[in-house]
Amino acid sequence: MSRDVILSIKNLSKNYELSGAFTRGKDVVHAVENISLEIHEGETLGIVGESGCGKSTLGRMIVRLEDPTDGSIFFEGRDLAKESSRALRLIRKRLQMIFQDPYASLNPRRQIGKIVEEPLRIHGMGKQERRAIAIDLLKKVGLDENSYEKYPHEFSGGQRQRVVIARALSLNPKLVVADEPVSALDVSIQAQVLNLFKDIQRELGLTYVFIAHDLGVVRHVSDRIAVMYLGKIVELAPADDLYEKPAHPYTQALLSANPRMDESDSRVRIILTGDIPNPINRPDGCVFNPRCPKAADICRTTAPALLQIGTRQVACHFPD
Amino acid sequence: MLSRDKRSWISLGILFTVLFLSLIAPLYASSIAHTDPFVSTLNATININGETKQVLEASTEGLGLGVTPIGPTWNPSAYFLGADNQGRDVAARLLYGGQNTLFIGSCAALLTISLSLLIGLIAGYRRGIVDSILSRMLDVIWAFPVYLLSISLSVVLLTSGLSLGFIHIGAGSIALPIFIIGIVYIPYVARPIRGQVLALREREFVRAAVGSGAKHSTIIFREILPNVMPSVLVFIPIMVALAMLTESALSFLSIGVQPPSASWGTIINDGLALLYTRPIVALAPGLMIVLTAASLNLYGDAVRDALDPKTRGRGDS
Repeated sequence: MSRDVILSIKNLSKNYELSGAFTRGKDVVHAVENISLEIHEGETLGIVGESGCGKSTLGRMIVRLEDPTDGSIFFEGRDLAKESSRALRLIRKRLQMIFQDPYASLNPRRQIGKIVEEPLRIHGMGKQERRAIAIDLLKKVGLDENSYEKYPHEFSGGQRQRVVIARALSLNPKLVVADEPVSALDVSIQAQVLNLFKDIQRELGLTYVFIAHDLGVVRHVSDRIAVMYLGKIVELAPADDLYEKPAHPYTQALLSANPRMDESDSRVRIILTGDIPNPINRPDGCVFNPRCPKAADICRTTAPALLQIGTRQVACHFPD
Repeated sequence: MLSRDKRSWISLGILFTVLFLSLIAPLYASSIAHTDPFVSTLNATININGETKQVLEASTEGLGLGVTPIGPTWNPSAYFLGADNQGRDVAARLLYGGQNTLFIGSCAALLTISLSLLIGLIAGYRRGIVDSILSRMLDVIWAFPVYLLSISLSVVLLTSGLSLGFIHIGAGSIALPIFIIGIVYIPYVARPIRGQVLALREREFVRAAVGSGAKHSTIIFREILPNVMPSVLVFIPIMVALAMLTESALSFLSIGVQPPSASWGTIINDGLALLYTRPIVALAPGLMIVLTAASLNLYGDAVRDALDPKTRGRGDS
């Protein structure tokens, strides 16, 4: 499985400065801290973590909807983090994003067809051609031709998310970042949309970055999975390895919290105590140490690096 | 739907009647009433039922000073609503006054709304320092009560006129109240628009447009503006009503429309001296103002309800 690297992230960080009237620049939130990552062509990389762990920020930086504070993102031989907004306009054709809320991501005052073909219009395609492509895409995502003239409010959440997918595909992208694309949908609809994702990937050879907090969903679609905690990747492994034998204590806790449809489930539940720390006052050493059942002295002083162990990468002093 | 709303039909009916009557003012003055409503006729007489009467009778009450103009004859061909104390036909002046009041009200409202839309879009979209500067400028206007500011501006500019760069407004021109009223209401419209733009900007469909490589102009005109337009449409009738009221107030204080031109405000002022003997002179324009402003507000309500997606039926947009 040595496929070409399509996108590579080096030491990427994003800080938000919280500035009140009297506290300008005092508090800094480290949303994403020093992440390095490679995404291979044609794979689906799942990113999981609790809310606030920086996974959405990471996703948005990959498509440069958010400017990184530090680090670089190499895509097609160029560093996206340093490109001007003019140059980005062309690169954006090959990097698309799918958002979490299908109700907020479609302009309520425009027809579905116009929404789908808008990216093509932006990049200067003619009217007839655009329309043909839009109708094609609508069919591809399982909507019929008549939806071209309809408005978003006439559709359900699942159908809207199909429209969002069609729009993301309109520019024929190579990499699609999907930020919790099914978490706003009913469980019965989730499976349909996930299968649509898989079908389209097979057909078009797309690469996905799939952000989610639902481990079941991520396992279903991902080839590799990165687990994030407080702005850092704590474990990165092929999906099956991660689920079979999680190495990082946080991954173990996360997986043990995931219910299984299995009566003979005899796993030991790992209950994490305490809350996720405030990202303004991050703990010294390993960011997970205040909640970690294995924490030792070294964990409170030295942050573990993300090291390769077999097929996986783990950031822990005492991996399993 | 607007077309099914009874309120919109009633208010539009009243508004169009008032507008129509105002527009035929010259026709009414020249062909029906045979009078020039801008010239004092101190010694005119008219013939009512074979009796010849002075239009301006010397007052017999009190000290016998001043005059009592003729009252309403309810006859369209002569002094339908009577005369004012310069012997001018009140009905004709009322129609001419309607022209001015409606024209100034509409122009001022359009000026307010177009400038507010511009400011709101720029401030809400650019955010940061641009937003801060524009918002503080709005605050400066906001800090004054509307009437106080428009009265002060009118008093100052009435005699001198206004020269701002390439804009030159002569003293006594009706462009002056349009300009003044147009400016003083800007914060009341621009602020809510700015707020909406700020909120829309963060919506995911705007991010999706950014992610597709859309230019700023594309995002503003194709994604944000269509979502702001409904509230702008709701503002129009309400702002016309407010601007009209302000115009009438300024004219009543003799710092709006200047004589011999008329507006509903100036006619009320004319009627002030005749309040005890000929109350109709002040009442008629007052009633017109109330009727028009109420209809505009009613229409504004109907428009708002029609554009509210929660009350709108599914499938018709």
